[in-house]
Amino acid sequence: MINTTKKDLHDNTIDVRGFIQKNYTPYEGDGSFLCGPTKRTEALLAKFESLLALERQFGGVLDIDTATVSSLTSYSPGYLDKDNELIVGLQTNRPLKRGVNPFGGIRMARQACTAYGYTLSPKIEEEFKYRTTHNDGVYRAYTDEMRKARKCHVITGLPDAYGRGRIIGDYRRVALYGVDRLIEEKAKDKAALAQKAFDTATIRLDEELFQQISFLGKLKEMALSYGYDISLPAKNAREAIQWTYFAYLGAIKEQNGAAMSLGRVSTFFDIYLEKDIAEGILTEESAQELIDDFVLKLRMARHLRTPEYNELFGGDPMWITEAVGGMGEDGRTLVTKTSFRILNTLYNLKSAPEPNLTILWSKDLPDGFKRFCAKLSCDTDSIQYENDDLMRPIYGDDYAIACCVSAMKIGKQMQFFGARCNLAKLLLIAINGGYDVSSGMYIGPRHPVLEDLSFEKVMERFDIYIQWLSHLYVNTMNVIHYMHDKYAYEKTQMALHDTDVHRFMAFGIAGLSVVADSLSAIKYASVKPVFAENGFIESFNTTGDFPKYGNDDDRVDLIAKDLTHRVITELRKTPTYRNAEHTLSVLTITSNVIYGKHTAATPDGRKAGAPFAPGANPMHNREENGALASLNSVAKLDYNDCRDGISNTFSITPEALGADSESRVENLVSVLDGYFKKKAHHINVNVLNRETLLKAYENPDAYPNLTIRVSGYAVHFNKLSREQQKEVISRTFHEAI
Amino acid sequence: MTGYVNSIQSLGGADGPGIRFTVFLQGCRLRCGCCHNPDTWQEKAAKEYTALEIAKKAERYKEYFNEKGGITLSGGEPLLQAEFSREIFSLCKERGINTCLDTSGSVMNQSVKELLAATDTVLLDIKYTQEEQYRSYVGCELEAVLDFLRYLDQKSIPTVIRQVIIPGLNDTEENIRKLASLKASYGCVEKIELLPFRKLCSGKYQNLSIPFRFEDIPEPAAKKMEHLRELLKKL
Repeated sequence: MINTTKKDLHDNTIDVRGFIQKNYTPYEGDGSFLCGPTKRTEALLAKFESLLALERQFGGVLDIDTATVSSLTSYSPGYLDKDNELIVGLQTNRPLKRGVNPFGGIRMARQACTAYGYTLSPKIEEEFKYRTTHNDGVYRAYTDEMRKARKCHVITGLPDAYGRGRIIGDYRRVALYGVDRLIEEKAKDKAALAQKAFDTATIRLDEELFQQISFLGKLKEMALSYGYDISLPAKNAREAIQWTYFAYLGAIKEQNGAAMSLGRVSTFFDIYLEKDIAEGILTEESAQELIDDFVLKLRMARHLRTPEYNELFGGDPMWITEAVGGMGEDGRTLVTKTSFRILNTLYNLKSAPEPNLTILWSKDLPDGFKRFCAKLSCDTDSIQYENDDLMRPIYGDDYAIACCVSAMKIGKQMQFFGARCNLAKLLLIAINGGYDVSSGMYIGPRHPVLEDLSFEKVMERFDIYIQWLSHLYVNTMNVIHYMHDKYAYEKTQMALHDTDVHRFMAFGIAGLSVVADSLSAIKYASVKPVFAENGFIESFNTTGDFPKYGNDDDRVDLIAKDLTHRVITELRKTPTYRNAEHTLSVLTITSNVIYGKHTAATPDGRKAGAPFAPGANPMHNREENGALASLNSVAKLDYNDCRDGISNTFSITPEALGADSESRVENLVSVLDGYFKKKAHHINVNVLNRETLLKAYENPDAYPNLTIRVSGYAVHFNKLSREQQKEVISRTFHEAI
Repeated sequence: MTGYVNSIQSLGGADGPGIRFTVFLQGCRLRCGCCHNPDTWQEKAAKEYTALEIAKKAERYKEYFNEKGGITLSGGEPLLQAEFSREIFSLCKERGINTCLDTSGSVMNQSVKELLAATDTVLLDIKYTQEEQYRSYVGCELEAVLDFLRYLDQKSIPTVIRQVIIPGLNDTEENIRKLASLKASYGCVEKIELLPFRKLCSGKYQNLSIPFRFEDIPEPAAKKMEHLRELLKKL
C-alpha cells in the first residue's frame, strides 16, 4: 500500500514531502467517522487532570528538578502510567516536573527556581561558573546603545536570556528514515566540506555537523532508555508516532526555546494509520486512541520560565504548533482523516491551548472539513486559521508554522527569532527628539522637540528614527544569534534540517494600530502637544474626529500598511548574520499589555500606560462598523512586507455570528473564506460572551478548561495574569445590535 | 439619490440568510414597546448617504457573502425611505449582491411595491397576533401587516416571519399556533423565527431620555424560548 520502496528511501535524498505526496489519501468527507475516547484514554486523562489541578494549586509549577541540567539523556525514563500509555516519553522523570536549562542564561534559570520557592543546586551553579551561556556571550558584545534600547523598552522581549526557539525540526524524518540513515547523510555532508576553503562559515558548519551527529546518537540512546530502537524506520503507525514524538521530545529536552513548534505531522501519520487500518492492525477507535495519546503527551510539555517572561508570553505556552490541512501543489487537498483525528482531540481530551492547532485555510478545502473546523471554533475557541492560498505559492505545500504565524518549509528553512520593537514609543521618542519620557532616558539621534505637529513634519522626523532604530535592531539581533549559535546551538533540531538551510531573521513591531491612529489624528484632527516641566511633550490634546484603523477606511488603513513597508525597507538596509532574509511580523503575543505600560500617552487619545491592541488588531472599541470592516482593515496589510506574519484576534458573541448553531458554523465559514480571499494572513477566532470571561475572572477555579485565543496562540484563561485577563475582557467583542 | 442612515453593521449574522451587510436606516413612525433601536426613530436625524455610496460599501464585503449572504436594509423602517432603498437594491443587484429587507410591513404604496420588486428576501416582523396588542404596543394595525404579507405572497417573495417573544405578552402557545397558521396559509413564508426580547438597549433609552416602556418586563428564560421553538417545529 505504501508506494515508496525501501530502495527509494535509501537511495534518494531525504524527502519527506515526496513520501507524503506518493502515499497519502486525501479525505473529502465530514467528521462523522470519528470515534470518542476509549476507557483507557479517559482514565489517563483523569490522571493528567488531577496533576494539572495540583500544578494550579502549587502556583503554576508542580515540581522542579533543580539538580539536573536538562538534556536528552540526563533523566531516567518517566511515565504518566507506564502500563497504559501507548506513546511514551517525558521531559524529566516525572510528569509535569520541570527541568532546568541554563544554556540560555544561568540567571534566568536561577530566578525561575527562586520564583517558585526552589533553589538551583550549587553543583549547577558551580559548573556554570566555568561555562559561557548564550546570555553571557550577548552581554559581552552588546553596545551601550543596545543596552539602552533594551532598558527603555523600545526593543523588548529579545531572546538574549532564554532559548530563541521558532525552529521546527523535521521530526518526521526520524520515523521515515530511522536515525542511522540520518547520521549517514550528515556524515556525508560533513565529509563533503573537506573540498571547501576552510573559512569561518565552513569551520562553523563543520563543527555544527559534528554536534548534530553527536546529538542524533543521544536521541537513539534516549529512545533506548524507553526500550525502543529508533535506528531504523518505523514499521507501523504506532512506531511512526512514537519515533516522531521521540524526536520532538529530544528537541524540548535540549532546548527551552520560546516556541517549540511541531510542524505538520498529521497527514504524514495518516499514511501509516490508514495502512494499519487496511491491514486490520488498527480500527478507527484504536487509531484515534494513538492520536489522543500523542496529543496528551504534547499537553504535558513544560518549560521553566520566570514571572517576567510570563508578562511577555502569558499562560505558560510552548507553542507546539501543528499545521493542519491546506492544499497540495497538484490541487489535491492535504486534508486526511488524521487531520480530523487530531482536531477531534479537542473533544476527546477537552479543549486546551496545546498543541496550538493551526488550520491552513484555502478556499478549495473540502466543505466537510471547513465546517468541522468552524464548529470546533464555536465549541472550543481553541484553534487558529492561516491563509494557505497566500503562503503556498511562497513556501510550497510542506511548510509549517513556528510559534503563531511564522511560516517555513519544514526541514529546509529556519528563523532567527527577534521579538519586536515598540513603534508607538519610537514615535514619541522621535517627537521628543531622542528623549523617552516614560523612562527619562535619552536615546538615539538628538533633535529639538517637535512643536509643530503637522503630518509632514512628524513623518519626516519619524523616518529619521525608524532608520536609526532599524539599523540598531538588526545589529542587536546579529549579536544575539551569533551568540546563540555559539553557545546554545540547537543540535537536535538542526540535525533534522537539511545541512544547507535557508535562514530568516524575524523582526517585529508592536503598537501598529496606536501609531496608525496617532498619525491619522495628526493628519485629520487637531493635535496639540502638552509639555511637561522639563520641556518635553508628555501628552497630547487631541480634538476633532479622525479616521480610525478598523473601520475599513483607506485614509488610515493605508497609513498602517505604509508603516510596515517603511520599517521592513529600512531593516533590509543592514546586513544580517549568516545572510538571513529579513522578515517582519505584526504580532505581540500577550506583550501588548507590558508594551503599553511602558509607553506614554499617544496622539490617538490612548492614555499613558494603557495596553496596546494585540498584534495587528485595531485598538479596542474603536471599530464603528462591525466585524467585517475591522477584518477588511487588517487584510490591507501586505504579507509581502510582513512575511513573518500578521496576527489578528477576533472575538464575536454567538448571537452576533448567527441565530443558531448551524448558521454560526455556516457564517463562520463565510467569514473565513471572505477574509482570506482578501489576502489576509491570520485570524484567531473566539466565539464567546464577555460575561463568560467576567465570570471566569471572578472565579477562576470554576473554569479550569476555559481556553481562549489571544495573539497567535491559545491559553487557559486562568493562567493569564490579572492584568492580561482585564485587557482581554476590555477588547472589542463584536455583538449583535 | 440620498437617504438617512443611522449606522452600518458590516457583519450581520442574524439579519437574513448567511452573512449580511446590514444598513440601519433612520426613521420609524411605530413606537414598539420592545424596540431595540430608539435612536433610529426620529426621521432624517442621521447622516446622509447616496445610494451609490451604500452599494459601493456593500461591495467591499462581497468576498464574505458566499452563496447566500448579501445586503440587508433594516432600521428604523426602510419602507419610509422606499425610493432610496429601491435604488440601493437595484445598484446591489447590478453588483451581484443578494438583497434582504427587514421591515414591519406597515407601509404600502407604489414606491414600496417597486422596492419589493428588487428584494430577494423579506424579514417580516410580525410583532403580535392580536389586533389590540398592535394598537397598544406598536401603533399600527395588524391588518395592514397582513395585507403586506398577502402582497408578498401574491408576488411570491421569499419571506421569513420574525417575532420577538416578550414575557406576559406573546409567550403563549396560542400565539405560536397563530403564527404557525400564517405559514400554512401563505406559501411565500419559508420559516418563522422566534427571537428573545433583550434589554441591552436600556442604556440607549437612558441616553436619549426616552422612557423604555418595557423596562420592567424580564427577558424570556432560555427554557421558555426552547419550548416555544420546539412547539413551533411540531406545528
